[in-house]
Amino acid sequence: MIAEAGLAALWLAAAMALMQLVLAALGLRMGRGVLPDAPGSDRADGAGETAAQLIAGVRPVAIVQGVLAALSFVLLIWVFVVSDMSVQLVAANSHSAKPMVYKIAGAWGNHEGSMLLWVTVLALAGGAIAVLEKRLNVATLVATLGAQAAIALGFYAFLLFSSNPFTRLDPPAAEGQGLNPLLQDPGLAFHPPTLYFGYVGLSVAFSFAVGALVTRDVGPAFARAMRPWVLAAWVFLTIGITAGSYWAYYELGWGGWWFWDPVENASLMPWLAATALLHSVTVLATRDGLRAWTIMLAVVAFSMSMIGTFLVRSGILTSVHAFAVDPTRGSFILALLILYIGGALLLFGLRIGLVKQGSTFELVSREGGLVLNNLLLSVILGIVLIGTLYPIVAQAMGTQLSVGPPFFNKTTAPIALALFAAMAAGPLVRWRRDNAQALLGRLTVPIAVAALAMAAVFVFAPDAGVLPILGLGLSFGIAVASVAPLWKRDLRRTPLFTFGMVTAHLGIAVSMAGMASESAFTVERLVAVRPGQITQVGPFSVRFDGLRPAVGANWSAIEARLTVTRGDGAPLVLRPQSRFFSAPSTVTSEAAIATLFDGQLYTVLGASDEGGRWQLRLWWKPWVTLIWFGGGLIALGGALSLVGRVRRERRQPAAREAWQTAAA
Amino acid sequence: MRMLALALLFAAAPAFAQSNVPQAELAWKQLPDPAREAEARALMEELRCLVCQGQSIADSDAEMAGDMRALVRERIAAGEDAGTVRAWLIERYGDYVSYDPPISSASAPLWIAPLVLLLVGAVIAARSFRRRRG
Repeated sequence: MIAEAGLAALWLAAAMALMQLVLAALGLRMGRGVLPDAPGSDRADGAGETAAQLIAGVRPVAIVQGVLAALSFVLLIWVFVVSDMSVQLVAANSHSAKPMVYKIAGAWGNHEGSMLLWVTVLALAGGAIAVLEKRLNVATLVATLGAQAAIALGFYAFLLFSSNPFTRLDPPAAEGQGLNPLLQDPGLAFHPPTLYFGYVGLSVAFSFAVGALVTRDVGPAFARAMRPWVLAAWVFLTIGITAGSYWAYYELGWGGWWFWDPVENASLMPWLAATALLHSVTVLATRDGLRAWTIMLAVVAFSMSMIGTFLVRSGILTSVHAFAVDPTRGSFILALLILYIGGALLLFGLRIGLVKQGSTFELVSREGGLVLNNLLLSVILGIVLIGTLYPIVAQAMGTQLSVGPPFFNKTTAPIALALFAAMAAGPLVRWRRDNAQALLGRLTVPIAVAALAMAAVFVFAPDAGVLPILGLGLSFGIAVASVAPLWKRDLRRTPLFTFGMVTAHLGIAVSMAGMASESAFTVERLVAVRPGQITQVGPFSVRFDGLRPAVGANWSAIEARLTVTRGDGAPLVLRPQSRFFSAPSTVTSEAAIATLFDGQLYTVLGASDEGGRWQLRLWWKPWVTLIWFGGGLIALGGALSLVGRVRRERRQPAAREAWQTAAA
Repeated sequence: MRMLALALLFAAAPAFAQSNVPQAELAWKQLPDPAREAEARALMEELRCLVCQGQSIADSDAEMAGDMRALVRERIAAGEDAGTVRAWLIERYGDYVSYDPPISSASAPLWIAPLVLLLVGAVIAARSFRRRRG
């Protein structure tokens, strides 16, 4: 019964989405000229009242849709929790012996469940806009909710017609087939939902952009309404990418933390677009410039999250993320992708001419810096997009080639360095107009620090390589420059979003220092050893004590015991494992990592050779943890900005109403 | 029962390798000369493991990746430079094996794209600035 109830809730939610779209479209059409700010000629007849009634229905319907979708998702989790093997999805992806957390995570660790999660978050976001958004004028808000419903409808159709998560199995399976062991990891259980929150946040920004295009109301009020959603999406994407990178680092067992794998790129592209968008939306909110560009970025950011979903879900890419897929689904998502992106671009093309040109800027100004930021971020985004899709296109044309780390590093690293330099200078430039000489004066200390750091690295580690030396030096300079906006300021009166910006920029410097240090100073040692043998890696000596069996809920393993000492310090014990999962049958290596204040010692147990020796892979990675610590700081900065912005908006209702009256 | 299973697992440990042919030692062992090893390592990171899902041979457990690592190390140790080894592998397996797409008519647009993007972006960005008088 539970599964049927879930399916019913899903159908009802879809019906609500349809109603939401129809009400919004009809209401806007009939309300032309009657509603405040609605486009079109003046028309005052009975239509006005009907329009008002139609439009009044949009908000409640959006809320009900959110509740129904959430109910459906909760019921799906329920059938996973009770291991109802008569539901096909449970039988294919779960196992009664699995730990509870993975039974729950199993609900979205597969194609159907993850799409249901997507649409649930989307519907909840729609409901949240309906409840919370009181700044925008009614017409734009209704158009926004209509666009949100149109997006949701496509995903409901996708679920109901080609990916029903509640399909029954007759007769029920005796036991489930289990979840891919690589996915049985606490980090991964919560990684996809985080990214989905980010994707959906961008879809909200997109709906706002569509709403603003429909009513041609692109201005500071629209920017301020959209900004919290962009910030929230950006925070979730940052967390998702950081967590995904750390997961790949410890789970794949080779010590790499970014592979330029298409699936990673699929999550990086929306982040790049969102980063550009959140900077351009600030220009729009503060100076009423970059109108068309901001709308375009909102469209691009959502397109990137759709392309990401498409790449991962369609089976075009083979990867651990691309669960079992069939071609029908790929075509369905591709059709949705073309419909939404094509539709949005068409609307953009038709309407953007009617949006008045915003303010233009002086070259040396905060706005100028933000334009440079947008330019460089967009170029990096373009490179990643082209590099990711190129092999697919080339294959269609009959050539097989691979585009990987060497291409992405060579092309994006120089642009990224320029971007970081601009990031260091940006917050120190004044709005409207600034003096280039004075700016250079403000940058003296950071530049000196960067130069000194580069020189120091060059003297102490001349073999580090050009990019790592540049990167390390710059990261010190940027760290100093990012906290400079707080210099000589009354910290108690500094707004929270300024602290947010400072924290996020500092996070970039910290993360960059980690990346540069990892690539410059990592020590690798691959050995085959017998029990009792000692291996040196960096400052550590690692003694292989021996092996013992280990067992978990659904796996058994061979576990090595390594005693690690550094100088005269107390010894540490690390236990890397080679794990054998029975359902489905797989062998994985479970790295054991010692986290110290200045880096990580990463140990992996490999296979044994015929001579009775065991392979060990050992890495000493100085300061590698800074990569993810920096990622955490970036997300924290975003969160501080979000709270700061929302609080300020709450505190200034009068100004907002004044603006609305003026606009009306 | 469980201990028996574990004992079997232990006995079967070498069978984790995917075939019974012993692998060349260099699949898992570094070259004694650190400079050579660094050169080999850098090259291995740029070569695709042909049987894996988007991994380089430098970070894959697959047997074929191990064979290719051994091959790269052998050739680098014998004094060949990375470029020659790469060219030899490309001749043998096609452009697909190199993550650094060799410049050809098929890959030219890819390598030109970043420059085109920068130019187009600069033109678009320039429009948002106030025109200077005179």
